[in-house]
Amino acid sequence: MYDAPHYTRQETGVTDVKIKAQDVQVYYGDNHAIKDVTVDIQDKTVTAFIGPSGCGKSTFLRCLNRMNDTIDICRVEGDIRIDGDDIYDKRVDPVQLRAKVGMVFQKPNPFPKSIYDNIAYGPRIHGMARNKAEMDDIVERALRRGAIWDEVKDRLQAPGTGLSGGQQQRLCIARAVATEPEVLLMDEPCSALDPIATAQVEELIDELRQNYAVVIVTHSMQQAARVSQKTAFFHLGNLVEYDDTSKIFTNPEDSRTESYITGRIG
Amino acid sequence: MPLLWLFLIVLAIAAGAYVLARVRVLAMAGENRRALHSLPVYYGSNAAMKSGVPALLVLAVWLVAQPLVIDTIASGHIPDSAIAETTSRGLVMAEVRRTADGIDMAIASGELSETAARDPQADIEDLSARLSDAGAILTSEITPPVFRAAQELRALSAVGTQAMTIIVVLIALFGALWALRETKPDFRARNVVEQGVRGLLIAAASIAILTTLGIVLSLVFNTVEFFRLYPASEFFFGTNWAPSFSGRGGASDLGIVPLLWGTFYISLVALIVAVPIGLFAAIYLSEYASPKVRAVAKPLLEVLAGIPTIVYGLFALLTVGPLLMRVFGDEGLGWMQAGTAVMTAGLVMGIMLIPFVSSLSDDIINAVPQALRDGSYGLGATQSETIRQVVLPAALPGIVGAILLAASRAIGETMIVVLGAGAAARLSLNPFDAMTTVTAKIVSQLTGDSDFASPEALVAFALGMTLFVITLGLNVFALYIVRKYREQYE
Repeated sequence: MYDAPHYTRQETGVTDVKIKAQDVQVYYGDNHAIKDVTVDIQDKTVTAFIGPSGCGKSTFLRCLNRMNDTIDICRVEGDIRIDGDDIYDKRVDPVQLRAKVGMVFQKPNPFPKSIYDNIAYGPRIHGMARNKAEMDDIVERALRRGAIWDEVKDRLQAPGTGLSGGQQQRLCIARAVATEPEVLLMDEPCSALDPIATAQVEELIDELRQNYAVVIVTHSMQQAARVSQKTAFFHLGNLVEYDDTSKIFTNPEDSRTESYITGRIG
Repeated sequence: MPLLWLFLIVLAIAAGAYVLARVRVLAMAGENRRALHSLPVYYGSNAAMKSGVPALLVLAVWLVAQPLVIDTIASGHIPDSAIAETTSRGLVMAEVRRTADGIDMAIASGELSETAARDPQADIEDLSARLSDAGAILTSEITPPVFRAAQELRALSAVGTQAMTIIVVLIALFGALWALRETKPDFRARNVVEQGVRGLLIAAASIAILTTLGIVLSLVFNTVEFFRLYPASEFFFGTNWAPSFSGRGGASDLGIVPLLWGTFYISLVALIVAVPIGLFAAIYLSEYASPKVRAVAKPLLEVLAGIPTIVYGLFALLTVGPLLMRVFGDEGLGWMQAGTAVMTAGLVMGIMLIPFVSSLSDDIINAVPQALRDGSYGLGATQSETIRQVVLPAALPGIVGAILLAASRAIGETMIVVLGAGAAARLSLNPFDAMTTVTAKIVSQLTGDSDFASPEALVAFALGMTLFVITLGLNVFALYIVRKYREQYE
């Protein structure tokens, strides 16, 4: 097919494939939102999804932890495997899956609870702590990994909604990390943040790469270039090009990719 | 001149001013509409407004004030000696008004001539006969002072009405002239008209507020009057409610405590029924139900809210009461003496409140941002965990507000209590006993032919005031909580 994605095996770094998606189709009612997307997402790598609004990048991201299940009219076809296991298999409980594939959303959405309870929410549900001390430990570790511990350690009982936008988003990242996922999905995590908070979150994303496969949807090409190692360009529901970030931004193979990153379409 | 005519004349003057102002401003601008500050229609409206509104306002005030002033003057014609022991000045004045009305009727039917009616030397016996021939209703014999006062009343109202007509028409004309004088192309008619519209909106808002104020004031004055006749401490702390009705004599015990207890107890039972059912229904409808089910179930649930409370009362009396009697009555457990009980009224009132709680809670639960649910699902929580641990806590202040509003509905409810809970004021813990509430007792104290000046009747106002303060407090508290909740997401 004309717009079949281009594959290049990664030349540098880890090569384990964490998520393997094949011929994924997504329909919203009669609307064919994602067409024939085939992509391998690497472990311990930041993968960026870029593309103009409505191109399907967020929709595809939400397929990876079956968040689309919560939308009635949404239908997903094709094969998505994490570590070789089909996540759309009937035996897979989407709830369990989501504990394994964490998600951070566009707008910071802390629960109207204390900072501590925000972090402890996931671990409590999954019974990860046997007592208060273990839970304290988990909370502290998550907040440290979210690079927000120093800012909130003195007010863990204060409401999470009282933090600034950037702090809230890092709190949400810490909350996602607390359940010890293997994959972290981020849907435009910086679009509601100012440049300073964005820089902090980007730095954090780079650190998270040590432990997780991170998939980030972004509208900012600079951000994709800064934080990711692999980049996928989506256009009108198709995956146009998927390659090393450096290659996509310097020498894209597809003319549409080039038009987009130079600002001619979008 | 009949009032209707006066009203029409003022309207005609206003309409004339409208047309004249429009024509005038267009003529001044030489038909060049661009030279005008406002559209011609605004110049017309300005003139109509300035001639019509003040005239009609004066007319309205005059209509209210004239009878009061004339009554006071006419009342001066009745010496204290003419008022019998058994009656009061107010009753005599009512007689005077009836006589005046009777004379009007007699003149209208031709029984009496205008000059005869004005004759101060008129033969009163002959006059009474003529009045009753004309069909006037006179309760007692007309006495000379009453007759003279009635004559005075008629004369004064004739003068007053004439003066009113002249003044109102003059005001309308003067307003029209004034508006026409200021009608020039650079006059900012649009702004003035919009100020007028704003005044209208303010007036509408003030009427609502002033009415509330009026209700409160009438309650306060009567309550103060009651406390002058009956000690406040016995009213608020008395544990016995036993009013003696006029004619039977004897002192009354008017303690509010048994009534408040009944109100509280019945409302409590109602809330225990309504809150869980309403809340669970709301959770099902907003979180689990498919759009199809929701589209059918929600309106059906809200039909409950449209049933008149008297119908609920009948349901309590005819269905729920006998049903409870079968289980808890003498044939069953033996806790219940009669079908009317706290339980009967409370259950039915609870059913009445279900749509109230569920509909408000449903709105509040729907207002919880989807982002919070997504956040919870994204962490691997199930739907039920998400509802229990994220959605409900987030919606809790709003739900508490809804419950408090339902509680103030329950406290103010009357018909279900009258029919379902009985009429006995009693301090008891047994929910199968008959009890009564503040509202039901207000009804029973004011119906029937009790003397409105007696403490037994005035106590109704004190009860109403107490209830008003309680429900007002609950509503203010509920609104405070709901508002605090809103701030979290905006």
